[in-house]
Amino acid sequence: MATIIDLKPQPFSFVGPIVGAFGALAGLLVGTAQGSGLLGLVLGAILMAGMAFALMHLKLPRRSVRLGLVVIFAIIGLMVGGTIGGIISALAGWLFGNLTFWLADGRYRANLAPYLTPGQVLWHFTFRVICGVIFGFLITPIIVVMPLSFNAEDFFTFTPEMLALKPEGYSLKHYQDFFTNSDWQSALWNSLTIAPVATLLSVSFGTLAAIGLSQPHVPGRRAIMAILISPMIVPLIISAAGMYFFYSRIGLQGTYLGVVLAHAALGIPFVIITVTATLVGFDNSLTRAAANMGADPVTTFFRVQMPLILPGVISGGLFAFITSFDEVVVVLFVGSAGQKTLPWQMFIGLREQISPTILAVATLLVGISIALLATLEVLRRRSERLRGMSPG
Amino acid sequence: MSDATETGRVLSADGTPLKKSLNRALRVQKMRALALIAPLLIFVLVTFIAPIADMLFRSVENQIVSDTLPRTVAALKDWDPESGEVPDEQVFDALYKDMFVAQEQKIHTRVGSRLNYENVGMSSLFRKSGRAVEKMGDLYVDQFEDLNDAWGEETTWVALMASPAYAQAATGWLAEQDAAKKAGQAFTKAPPAFEPAPGIGDLLPQTAEAFGQFADFMRTEEEETALDDEPWTLVYTALYNDLTAASEAGIAAYSGPQADLLKEAKAAVATFESASRKAQFLEADEDWGDVGVWQTIRVYAPRYTPGYFLNAVDKQLGPDGITDQPENQQIYIMLFKRTLFMSMVITVSCILLGYPVAWLLANLRMRTANLLMILVLLPFWTSLLVRTSAWKVMLQQQGVINDVLVWLGLVDDANRLIMINNQFGTIVAMTHILLPFMILPLYSVMQTINPSYLRAAKSLGATNWTAFWRVYFPQSVPGIGAGSILVFILAIGYYITPEIVGGTTGTFISNRIAYHISSSLNWGLAAALGAILLAAVLILYWAYDRIVGIDNVKLGG
Repeated sequence: MATIIDLKPQPFSFVGPIVGAFGALAGLLVGTAQGSGLLGLVLGAILMAGMAFALMHLKLPRRSVRLGLVVIFAIIGLMVGGTIGGIISALAGWLFGNLTFWLADGRYRANLAPYLTPGQVLWHFTFRVICGVIFGFLITPIIVVMPLSFNAEDFFTFTPEMLALKPEGYSLKHYQDFFTNSDWQSALWNSLTIAPVATLLSVSFGTLAAIGLSQPHVPGRRAIMAILISPMIVPLIISAAGMYFFYSRIGLQGTYLGVVLAHAALGIPFVIITVTATLVGFDNSLTRAAANMGADPVTTFFRVQMPLILPGVISGGLFAFITSFDEVVVVLFVGSAGQKTLPWQMFIGLREQISPTILAVATLLVGISIALLATLEVLRRRSERLRGMSPG
Repeated sequence: MSDATETGRVLSADGTPLKKSLNRALRVQKMRALALIAPLLIFVLVTFIAPIADMLFRSVENQIVSDTLPRTVAALKDWDPESGEVPDEQVFDALYKDMFVAQEQKIHTRVGSRLNYENVGMSSLFRKSGRAVEKMGDLYVDQFEDLNDAWGEETTWVALMASPAYAQAATGWLAEQDAAKKAGQAFTKAPPAFEPAPGIGDLLPQTAEAFGQFADFMRTEEEETALDDEPWTLVYTALYNDLTAASEAGIAAYSGPQADLLKEAKAAVATFESASRKAQFLEADEDWGDVGVWQTIRVYAPRYTPGYFLNAVDKQLGPDGITDQPENQQIYIMLFKRTLFMSMVITVSCILLGYPVAWLLANLRMRTANLLMILVLLPFWTSLLVRTSAWKVMLQQQGVINDVLVWLGLVDDANRLIMINNQFGTIVAMTHILLPFMILPLYSVMQTINPSYLRAAKSLGATNWTAFWRVYFPQSVPGIGAGSILVFILAIGYYITPEIVGGTTGTFISNRIAYHISSSLNWGLAAALGAILLAAVLILYWAYDRIVGIDNVKLGG
């Protein structure tokens, strides 16, 4: 619905105040950092408005103007705030250059309906800025962890060396600690032995049950579904408390089996939900056709049904895996020191001794979640394609 | 067709009525579906539902008092708690017997800590009395042994109290054990079960009971026979009681083993020095003279108690019925309120932050929306511990946010903002963690809203605000409802994040539950708090099922 309209160049009376306002904002920030906010505000507004005026009236080649601005800003930034200041103000230079031309050409209206009033256009962009801030809120904490994990010091904060981008401020020692420290290694090993077994249990039971649940006539379907989904709904602390009491009665508390069973129970709802969702689009005439051609139920399941619902099964399995791999409350109570998993070790680290190794682990885990996310996306597309192909 | 007209019923190929045959097919189908579901259902019932049921059971269970102090509980039934007087000698005697057996089994401290939750100080009272109670009977042991050395012999006691069959079996068992020991073999045969001598229960009822308990204790706990050790001092005390109470004629008529010894003792007991059990207990700990202690035991004697639930709502069950806890111990109502309040704040923040983002995602081109969706899904998929540690890094006083603010000059280096270990920290971190759970349902609802409604409203003269508020917003309410309930359910049960960034003012009821399980070991109270929380969640779950339907839960778009 992108409308193509004539883009009218805008006069300075429109561009100047906006660029000036942004300049004032930037000036205010720089000014407070340097000691006088008010002076920065005024200077920023005047300088940026003046720059916009110059850019609009001197018909210089745009590429070199943009590049020049970046360089000039970077040099000023370097002198005022060191390396990091240089980088930030180079970005500011790029931003102001583009902003001025974008406004002056009238390109900001390119993708908007032509009948919008200026107020609506303003709201449109304000809204985007608000959303941008919220996206920033979502992603910043995860981004911030990554550089900090390369900290050469044992701190949770950026050191001056790191801010100056000096190589001696960075090191891989926290990663080295993670890969050599026996506590972390045994925790990793425990996580890697518990999660796959728990996943296998919940996927095999869960897939069978999901197939059963998607049959047209199931007595008490609602009640069964409520019971099977309940591990996801009941707060973890309550599940953990109940399992702790019950498993210590039957001697499973503090055993590997106990933790695996608990994690399998927690992963089941995810398998049920994803597999039943895949089965909603499943065409039952395919299994009937297979039976008609002489396949027994087992062959039908593995040769016809399984390949079609496999994406759902795998993504359910991934959910179950990450649930177990990421779970800390239940293992904290059901497990004993012998089943200390990675999240448990992180939890101890956060609560007791502050060690930046946690951040190294966190960065590695973010890497794993990115890989998982990508896998899921591929699976989702494949599932849609497969279902698009199946008749009905 | 001719069949149908002749019989009036439609028949299937094999001649059975079609209706019947269809019903059978349906039944087979149902059974097959149930057979597929059954393994998982059993698995979940055993590994998940049973633990929850066990927790609910523990929240009212109170068998420890009546199991450990059965005689005392029975004796206290006749005591009038309103009288303001300490119970009489009979109750103390019952307490002596219960305490003696309990301290031999080393379980008297457990009932002490159970009662300590209701009346502070009872834990140490029981521990102290446990030590004292062992020596209370020494007086009688000495006197009986002074009278006749035979009373110090295990064989005398077994001959008197046990059936001849038991005495024989025990002797045989000991011989076998010795033989095995000499041969250097492992000996695993269980000791014989105790049988009382015929008629001894009528003659010396208390002694028979005490000795029976002693023999059972030796067999189950020590894996030995009554021949291996001198009886408990409790048995001597009981014998003294029985002999003083028994009639002269009754003892004289006794003709079983050790009759002479018994007659001699009966003649002598009248001159025995005796001690009041009440005095002995009061000497051990003067708290036994406190009526409150006895009232507590009496109130918590039943096998099931609402006491834990009352504690969970800052009440207590005392002798005068249900009363408020002392002012300084009322924390649970406050914690529940705080949990609800903070969950509500988190839910509202999630709506405020999630709504614009969901709107943007639903109204952008598919390609861009999918790209931006990554920014929502990445936190969703990232480990909870990673996100919590990230917030610790961001919010602490030497953290990233404070550093940036100081660098910008907005905050003075000396007064860095305190944003962690308080409610603010918990709210910010949890809003971030739960925001994807709000955005995803909102997004899926908003995708179904036709944008032409909004344009139609505007073309009919509605202002931007009216068009949004009267046309778009009502259609997005189901999404808000679904997201809010989801976020709220998840928030009120959160444990990890409040524990790490909550400090003392930002913790939830779940932190208190964890504390009672792992630190204070008051499992009953933890179970009661958990049961209340569970009830709240189940009500919300039911509402969620009504609004969205559990079948429609979607994960990650």
